Parts: sequence; structure tokens; C-alpha cells
Amino acid sequence: MKTTYVKALVAAQAQAMRDDERVFVIGEDVAEGGPYGTTAGLAEEFGTDRVLNTPISESAICGVAVGAAQSGMRPIVEVMFIDFVTLALDQLVNQAAKAHAMSGGQLSVPLVLRTQGGAGRRWGAQHSQSLESWLTHIPGLKVVMPSRAADAAGLLASAMADPNPVVFVENKTLYFKSEDVPDQIEPVPLGRAHRARRGSDLTIVALSRLVDEALVAAERLAGEGIEAEVIDPRTLVPLDLATIVESVGRTNRLVIAHEAVEHGGFGAEIAAQVQAAAFDDLDAAIERVGAPFAPVPFSPPLEDAYVPGADEVYEAAKRTLG
Amino acid sequence: MDFDARGVLRTMWRIRAFEERVGQLKRADEVHGLIHLSVGQEAVAAGVCGQLRDDDPAYSGHRAHGHAIAKGAPLGAVMAELMGRSDGLCKGLGGSMHLVDTEHGLMGATGVVGGNVPMALGSALAARRAGRDQVAVVFFGDGAVQAGYFNESVNLAALWELPLILVCENNGFAEFTARSEHSKVERVSDVVAPYDFTRATVDGNDVAAVWEGFGDFLAAARRGRGPMLLECLTYRLRGHYEGDPAHYREALAKDDWQEKDPILRLQRHLEIETDEFEREAHAEVDAAVEFARASPFPPAGLMGELTYE
Repeated sequence: MKTTYVKALVAAQAQAMRDDERVFVIGEDVAEGGPYGTTAGLAEEFGTDRVLNTPISESAICGVAVGAAQSGMRPIVEVMFIDFVTLALDQLVNQAAKAHAMSGGQLSVPLVLRTQGGAGRRWGAQHSQSLESWLTHIPGLKVVMPSRAADAAGLLASAMADPNPVVFVENKTLYFKSEDVPDQIEPVPLGRAHRARRGSDLTIVALSRLVDEALVAAERLAGEGIEAEVIDPRTLVPLDLATIVESVGRTNRLVIAHEAVEHGGFGAEIAAQVQAAAFDDLDAAIERVGAPFAPVPFSPPLEDAYVPGADEVYEAAKRTLG
Repeated sequence: MDFDARGVLRTMWRIRAFEERVGQLKRADEVHGLIHLSVGQEAVAAGVCGQLRDDDPAYSGHRAHGHAIAKGAPLGAVMAELMGRSDGLCKGLGGSMHLVDTEHGLMGATGVVGGNVPMALGSALAARRAGRDQVAVVFFGDGAVQAGYFNESVNLAALWELPLILVCENNGFAEFTARSEHSKVERVSDVVAPYDFTRATVDGNDVAAVWEGFGDFLAAARRGRGPMLLECLTYRLRGHYEGDPAHYREALAKDDWQEKDPILRLQRHLEIETDEFEREAHAEVDAAVEFARASPFPPAGLMGELTYE
């Protein structure tokens, strides 16, 4: 059936709430559906006791979710923009991520923190960032980054079933694209990559919005007789390194593309892991595509130039081919 | 609940004997890390936890030993935790500032000042949603009150009318600095006044006053009322942490302390001899140290195994 990424997210949350009384949604404006409709209709179906509107208090919201999760609930906490995760980091990093290990296994924090990032909407430098690499640096957190509607629903189902805290990073520019999805939500396991395109000449690992951009670049390369394989890891932690390494073993070339600032981005981690596992398979230096080391600009032509896309992926692919 | 004088005296002696031994063992390098002792503040832990059930979720902060002991954690397991041993409460992976004992309802202690407050709201919310009459309690010092999430949390707790009791141990110092240098608001109970909290300030060195003040709040919270804040004015006999030279304050004259010491005060009031409780507590602590020393250090890979469930 046809749906959108955002509707798939709503459907997956509703399914989780129907399946398990312990699931509740908490966040700013969630009972109103939020600015993108990511929780639209949930309050109507489940009531405002289970879809909790909160004041603008990200730190307390996240702390409440941690405490509730430790006490047997399964919260979905929405942080409206990943830029505001900065305000919830103490609870996420110092409490949620460490509670299980620091308590010697006594505590569990089965919460899902949904948030969204990405530029392209002229929202300026405080509503457009891609901060996922920070979160991948924290042992104890899982980090999920779906690029399409079916994965958004399937990964959310798996995240809800996971006993660990999972950060679920959506992308605002993907929300409203019409896509085909299965009629029933099919859980997508955390830590399994998706091969979005088969190819034998180079591998492009792309995250979130860059998956579609990589597919556009791959079509352009195909016009030149170059077949690119496109892999969407879908989950950054845990990372499905095996699928990437297997692909590089066949293509011998690797481009890694994400919208986040290239400097210190998750692409650096993937590159390091691949060269450690498959150095002898590589015929060219690994190329990375990411945003420049600058805040996201507001002015439309500047923002358009700042955000990496198919052109940058295509250029990087050509560089690996010499 | 009737004041259990002998019970709280026993608890206070257990905490006092434990903390004093921990201070010695810290100097001997047998317990590790940052150690914050609650010597002098025993009445709050004993007066509050003596009335809680094992299923009442409680949260503590960096000065957590007394709360853990009063909530029911075995002394041997707490001592083993401070020594980083396998048989510690948290298998030696938490340490002094991160004591957890879910069996007795100690749901977390945090080294980040104030970070435990919103988590206690979450436990209160969970209790209410499950239809249980559990009451969530969070201990914190006056230093936590100036943290951002304290203010976020009191607003939210009031808005949602959560069955939650905030217990402030106001010892007059946030780490090394007197409260008067951190806030214009002298009484912590006044900070929550605009939020329509049920609130009170009691002499935190008078265990009977703590018991009575907390008991009234607890009875109301069991019926679903809340939130509430009990401010206990107390005094930290030690520095902020073990090794803190505490130059920043005047040493309390010995005579003054005789007046303030919550254990001596209760004993004077009850007109009973100290020996029985004191002796029993020291014997228990001796056994706890023996238990902890005999426990092995955890295997090297344990933290990695427990990073994810």
C-alpha cells in the first residue's frame, strides 16, 4: 500500500500502543500531533493519559521517560528537533545509556527517543543539524536512522521491542514522500543493513536522506557504464559491518555519504572499521561526503550549496575510480 | 505510622558505623573513588526510609550510602560495591555514587547533581499508571535546587499531581559553597511555593520530627496526593568528599555537635544507653568489611557484557 514516512511512523507507534499497555508517548505538543504530524491521531485513539503533552522541558521529559522505563513502562519520548537533544543529553547519556551496566544489570531502560534532523527547510542553524554521530559515541545507546517509510515502521517496531534505550533519528525532508510499504508492519531487525541497489564497480554507503541521493548518483554513473552498489546501514549502532565489508570485497571501492558535517561524522567511523577489516580489498582511498565544517546557513542559495546531495556523491564516486 | 524510635536508632547507628569505617578504609585505599559521607545526616535517611516499603521507588544522589542502608541494602553488598568487588550491590560496576538495589526499591543514585529528580517523576508516573499506591521519593541536597532540571521537574510534578515526595537534605553547603552564595531563597521549601506543593521544613537532625513530617506526607501520597517537598535542615559533619580539607567553613565546636548529633539527641530523649545499638552496628560493619574483602574483583569483560541487555 501507499503511505508516507510520517504516516508509517504514526502507524507503528499506534500499533505498539495497541499491543502493549505499558507504551506511552511523551513530548512537546505530541497530543496535538506535533509540527509534522508524527503523533497525529494518537491522543484521539489512546487518550491524553497515554499521549502526554509536556512543557518545553527536554531534560525533565527525558528524565521522566528514563524513570518510567526503569519502573516497567515503555516510553516513546519525542524530542521535536535533534538540535534540542542537547538539552536532554544528561538524561540520555549519563542516565539512560549507563543504567543497565552501572547497576550490574539490575536496571533496564527500554525507551525509544524519537527525534528528527536535517537541513533543507530554511530553518536556520538551530533547527537543521544532523547530530547522530554524537549519540553513536555513547556505549549503551542504540542509534537508528531510517531512510524510507517501510524501514521507519519496521525499525520502530524493533526499537520498541528492544530492552535498551534506542535513539530513533528521522529526517524532516523524508516525511511526506509517497512510498510503497507492506500492508502489515514488518519488524526490521536493528543492526541489519539494506542493499538499496546492486552493483559491482563501487560501494556507496549512505545514511538517511543521502540514500535517495546516492541512488540518483548511481543512475548517473550507470549511464557511464559504472555500476554502483548502494547500502543503507539503517542502524548506526549496532552497525552491520559485515554487509559493507562483503560489498567492498567485490567492488574494491567505497564512498560514504551523510548529511552531517563530514568532520567527526559517522562516516569516519565506518571508514576506520572498513579499512581495518578489508584494507587489502581497497583499490582506492575511501571517500567521504558530508556537509562543510560550518553551521547550517539560513539563506536559501547558501543552504542549498551547503547540503550534500547526488552531485557530491557522484563526484566522490568518480574520485575513487581515478 | 507510629514513630519507631528503636528502629531508627538502630538504622542511624548502622549508617554512622558504616560511614566512619568507609572513611578509614578510604584513607587506607581499600574503598575507591570519590566518597561522600553522610555522617551527621543519618536522621533523614532513617526517618524517611523507615516508613517506606520495598516497592516504593527511591532515588538518591552522590551521598547515597545512608539512603541505601536505610532502604534495606545489605551492608556487606554496599561495602563490597565501594571496594569494587563482584559481590557488590552493582557487581562492582557502579561505585559509591551509583548505588542501586532494585530488590529494596533503590532505583538509582546519581553523581550528576539533580539528575535523579526527573527520574523519580517517571517512577511516580509509572506507579500511578499501574494503579498502585507506591510513592516515589527522591533525596537531594540544597545544591540540586539550582539545577535546571529541578525547576523543570517541580513544574511537571505539580502539573501532573504526581505521588512524589521530594526530600531535600539542606546541609547549608553545595559542595564547597554556602547556600547564601548560590541563591537568594534561603528555604528550599519556599522555592516550590508557587507550584502549590505541599511543603514543610523540619529540623533534619531531629529524627522524630523527620519521621512525623514525612509520615504525614506519605499517608497523603498513598492516597494519591502529591507532589510534596520535605526540607530537612541538617549538617554535614565531614567535608564534601573524603579528602576535602573543608577550609571553607568553621569547624563545628565539639559541644555544638553534641547538641546537633541526631543519634545523641535521640538517645538523650529516650534516656537509653548507647551500647547495644552501637556495638551491634560495629559488629555488622566488621562482618560487612570481611565479606567485601573476601569477594573477588569482577571479571575484566563484565562491563562490556552489560553495556547492552
